[in-house]
Amino acid sequence: MTVSATARAPAAPTLVQRSFGQAGHLWVHAVLCLYAVIALFPIALILINSLKTRNAIFEGPMALPTAETLTFSGFQKVLSGTHFLLYFGNSLVVTVGALVLIVLFGAMAAWALSEYRFPGNRLINFFVAIGIMIPIRLGTVSILQLVVALDLINTRTALILVYTAQGLPLAVMILSEFMRQIPGELKDAARCDGVGEITIFFRVILPLLRPAIATVAVFTMIPAWNDLWFPLILAPGEDTRTVTLGVQQFIGQYATDWNSVLAALSMAVIPVLLLYMAFSRQLIRGLTSGAVK
Amino acid sequence: MAHVSIDNLRKSYDGRSDVLAGLNLDIRDGEFCVLVGPSGCGKSTLLRMLCGLEEISGGQLSIGGQVVNHLPPAERGIAMVFQSYALYPHMNVYKNMAFGLKVAGSSKSEIDERIRHAAAILKIDHLLQRLPRELSGGQRQRVAIGRAIVRKPRLFLFDEPLSNLDAALRVQTRLEIAKLHRQLAATIVYVTHDQVEAMTLGDKIVVMHEGRIQQAGSPLELYQQPQNLFVAGFIGSPKMNFMKGVVTRVDGSGVQVEIGGGLRLLADVDAGGTQVGDAVTLGLRAEQIREDAGVGEGQVLQGVVNLVEHLGEANFLYLTLQGGQDIVVRGDGNRSVEIGQPLTLSADSHAFHVFDADGLALRRRTPGNLQSARRQAA
Repeated sequence: MTVSATARAPAAPTLVQRSFGQAGHLWVHAVLCLYAVIALFPIALILINSLKTRNAIFEGPMALPTAETLTFSGFQKVLSGTHFLLYFGNSLVVTVGALVLIVLFGAMAAWALSEYRFPGNRLINFFVAIGIMIPIRLGTVSILQLVVALDLINTRTALILVYTAQGLPLAVMILSEFMRQIPGELKDAARCDGVGEITIFFRVILPLLRPAIATVAVFTMIPAWNDLWFPLILAPGEDTRTVTLGVQQFIGQYATDWNSVLAALSMAVIPVLLLYMAFSRQLIRGLTSGAVK
Repeated sequence: MAHVSIDNLRKSYDGRSDVLAGLNLDIRDGEFCVLVGPSGCGKSTLLRMLCGLEEISGGQLSIGGQVVNHLPPAERGIAMVFQSYALYPHMNVYKNMAFGLKVAGSSKSEIDERIRHAAAILKIDHLLQRLPRELSGGQRQRVAIGRAIVRKPRLFLFDEPLSNLDAALRVQTRLEIAKLHRQLAATIVYVTHDQVEAMTLGDKIVVMHEGRIQQAGSPLELYQQPQNLFVAGFIGSPKMNFMKGVVTRVDGSGVQVEIGGGLRLLADVDAGGTQVGDAVTLGLRAEQIREDAGVGEGQVLQGVVNLVEHLGEANFLYLTLQGGQDIVVRGDGNRSVEIGQPLTLSADSHAFHVFDADGLALRRRTPGNLQSARRQAA
């Protein structure tokens, strides 16, 4: 800040300053920092301990790796001794596949529900809302029967379909809320331009929904990536294991290979982190400004 | 040719009550037709029906001799400019204008030529690569008009295009739209709720109220010969003064009305079926009242000033007449008038309008304004 700027009248107080005063400003930051520490602590613990020898992990779980305790054995074992890259690829295929389907079908359903009036509209909206309230795991038995009947056991397709079903309700809710905010005149203008409904959807509406799609992506991607339940039940085969399931082989009934578990988990964080960073840029970007006054 | 003919057009959302009830209207090729009326009068609905965004419930709509009732917007040869401009926010100005043409399958070179042409007319050549959010309100408005021009429509539809602009820009853009109309020789249907816009732009003004056309005609026609109370009150600013009264005499010189306080005023109108004793409403425009005792046929009104609005070139004087009627007078801006001051005013018999009990106007015999009437007399 330049001297001349500080010499002038002080800047208008922020919302926090107005509501809590100058001390409150610090207090709010303290709370936020505390929360960040709590949230980051387990991740930090995993990262630190994945680089330590087995003995060092148990002697001082909180200690940083030193010259003596530093080891990459966990990473080595995971990368060379197992099909970790295969599991990794499976997770990626399943998550991205589900994500694409959720965004595509979610946006289409949201467009239909928010834009067109037809009999049963409210009923379908209600049905979708129920999908958010009731966890999909309650239907595991039926899903298993269905997947067996479709001969999809031990396929990644089964997981993609289940995660798509799991993510759709929330996606439809978020996207239709955003779509209602898109001014109707924009669609009318496109109709006057002779643009068909499907082209309007893909060329006018979808580009405007990017912030909403990023939100949906973040909310649906993480549970799919982290899930252990459905891979265990629907696709436990060696070829179709996901990362979270693959890690389980290091956790034994009598002995757990902590180095490998922690190393695998550390690596599993990376793609979600990257995807999140890619989408979070969109999360904060409002695109509709300038469309209408 | 884009002769628009609207024949018994109806719109109903629930199938029972009509939002628009049996409209009939002809718009000549090249005509600038303004639909005007208060909010909720159905003018925007009519425009959207012309455009094809609203279904037509009954009647027939034809553009250039072709019935278009069931054609989608794109096949009607129309282009619409929206109140909010409705520019595609993620496309730059060039792409905004090109989008419709591209979807229609025009060649790249033709699209480019049309856009350059429209941009030159609207002086937006230098903005083609900008996004809508980087433009000012007036510039967005031009782009919206440009997007309409490139389609080479038979009929332009404008939905309150100036209401989002500030006052100065509104006047400027109004002039530009008038110029554009002459330049393109286009048929235009223009919706507004602002009667000044309607009067200045329109070749033909259609006053709508409660889903019906109250009157259609040239601006002067509507001002001088309003057919009913609604049109009389809607056109003109300040609003026409209305005074309730009873007919006391009907003869060759017109209709004499007593408006209370023993004040009898003679209106130079055709009596039609009106008889002595009928309840009528007398209309008198604020600008046709003189601030003097009157000479010749001037009829004297007396009142007390309640409020004065200074506009600079004129004063709006709000008075209560001796009979208890409230009126507004457009007086000389140089004259100082005090609140509470008694004032003597006068108005000529041909300045009055008379409306019967149903609110329909009796025909004025000398409808011209005060100045031209005076000149005739001289």
